[in-house]
Amino acid sequence: MDFIVSKFNYWIYIIMMMIGFYAMIAKRNLVKKIIGMNIFQTAIILFYVSIGAKKGATIPILEAAHHAKIPPESIEVAKYINPLPHVLMLTAIVVGVSVTGVALALIILIYRRYHTVEEDEILRQLS
Amino acid sequence: MMQQAPALTIAILLLTAFWVPIFGMVKRESAYYISLTAMFFSFLAACATLYAVVTTGPIHYRMGGWPPPWGIEFVIDYLNAGVLVLISLISLLTTVSAKKSVEREIHRSKWPLFWSLYLLLVMSLMGMTETGDMFNMYVYLEVSSLTAYGLIAMGEKGALMASFNYVILGSVGASFYLLGVGYLYIATGSLNMADLSKILPSIYRSKVIFTAFAFFIVGIGLKMGLFPLHMWLPDAYTHAPSAISTLIAPTMTKVSAYVFFRIILTVFNPHFSWEVIPAATLLRWIAAVGIIYGSIMAIAQKDIKRMLAYSSISQIGYIVLGIALANRMGLIGGALHIFSHAFAKGSLFMVVMAVIYKTGIRNIDDFKGLNRKMPFTMAAFCLAAFSMVGVPPTAGFFSKWYLVLGTVAGKYWWLTAVILASSLLNAVYFFRIIEKIYFSSFVDLVTGGSGGHEHHELPAVAVAEAPLMMLVPILLMAAGILAVGLFNTQIIHHLLQFIVPKGLA
Repeated sequence: MDFIVSKFNYWIYIIMMMIGFYAMIAKRNLVKKIIGMNIFQTAIILFYVSIGAKKGATIPILEAAHHAKIPPESIEVAKYINPLPHVLMLTAIVVGVSVTGVALALIILIYRRYHTVEEDEILRQLS
Repeated sequence: MMQQAPALTIAILLLTAFWVPIFGMVKRESAYYISLTAMFFSFLAACATLYAVVTTGPIHYRMGGWPPPWGIEFVIDYLNAGVLVLISLISLLTTVSAKKSVEREIHRSKWPLFWSLYLLLVMSLMGMTETGDMFNMYVYLEVSSLTAYGLIAMGEKGALMASFNYVILGSVGASFYLLGVGYLYIATGSLNMADLSKILPSIYRSKVIFTAFAFFIVGIGLKMGLFPLHMWLPDAYTHAPSAISTLIAPTMTKVSAYVFFRIILTVFNPHFSWEVIPAATLLRWIAAVGIIYGSIMAIAQKDIKRMLAYSSISQIGYIVLGIALANRMGLIGGALHIFSHAFAKGSLFMVVMAVIYKTGIRNIDDFKGLNRKMPFTMAAFCLAAFSMVGVPPTAGFFSKWYLVLGTVAGKYWWLTAVILASSLLNAVYFFRIIEKIYFSSFVDLVTGGSGGHEHHELPAVAVAEAPLMMLVPILLMAAGILAVGLFNTQIIHHLLQFIVPKGLA
């Protein structure tokens, strides 16, 4: 039980990822597939954000004034959360939005051509 | 200028991709010529990079001057300098030959956007080759996928669904790669490849590292179309515009294969990939099944583009087999096969593009007697087919030869049998076409007149070659196949022998 509670953020990430993955593979509706893809990507963002977090830590901005000389060894690393995974996720969010945009544009074109977004129906028309 | 060459390969294409749609608004035709110029200068920068690497050793290019563990760096060593020039040469030749085909297959209003995406795709492939940073690699990977989705969707009927399936599978692949990067970051706190390879050996028994490795194999495997993760590949190659099939078939899967090499040999060291976890055994099986599966499926196809797509799956199997043999000859064979397959598949697709442009033929049965109409193009087709089968002195012979030597050195006799059997299957499906081209008479599709009944009264067929802008790149690619074959010892001596880890027999 403790194993689950103490790492609950990772469990949520895995459950969300599997939900998204299931929707991408098993659903036959193209829009539902895209929703699954978004859940999948959000799960990864949750994973990255939670690896940067620390208990009782604050945002990584030094309290002293801008030009004050602070010796590096006086900075307690444990007091600040790690900003790098969060910065990486800014890029990943942009990538995710672009992929969603491209996919939705494709769905619009598919709908105009086949008048449906059900995969079975489209494959029947294609064959 | 010479010091900036690694960055220029990327920067020229990136900046031009931005300007192409703007100039294209003024004059649509200008888009092509601007793109061609940019590709040419980028190719020169890639050549300068290769020259610098061969003469002075690997280059570490720091973006913005930030030192490596924090900043992003481009690391160009012997293997990726070669791949870089290969990618930029093939995409330059494809650009030259694609002009007429694009003008016919793509609507006029979309030309500037088409060329802009095209430049971005080539840019991202070169970026993947050069970068020394795991997350930077992810970004280039996604840029290459995104542009490919758009370009494939511009194709014929069926292209939309092909592109959509590729979006779904490509996103899964990229997300798995991203998760792998995250797991490595948890364990090491670093994203730089050289840094990772220093930190990782001390924690090789950790489960986190095993998971990360599995994510990388599956993610990159999806991108390179490794059997059984190849589901997107045949549809995408078949339905994309001819110019795009010609661009992505030789370059995209090869760059992913290079990334595969990089992750298995540099980020993780061979001791981990081959001994701590038995990845090599698994990959040998996957590669062997993929080689046979791709060849058999290729035989069953009627559409020439689809046949070449299945043959690509089989060839990717060879490259992975080279890695999985885990010995000197196998690695060299696998790396050389990246070069030989890129040239062979590139010229095959270029020939198909020229045939589709000139005659509209796609069905293999319609290739009858085409040698009398397009003699030079068909000669190039033959040469490329010989390379795929492995006839000396073409490039394909030598890369397969090194692979066979690798299987012999490792005493994997069943893999020797797989390579020989697959070469035989390749011969079946290529000689079937060559037989049609050279030994049955031409059936004129327009008039419906049949000359196929008797061989002694062949109707006169006027030579109607592909336009010069297509023919010259095709012949240059064919020359490339021979060059890689004849100079294989030089390529190995100057570039490929350095990928073999120290102490490996």
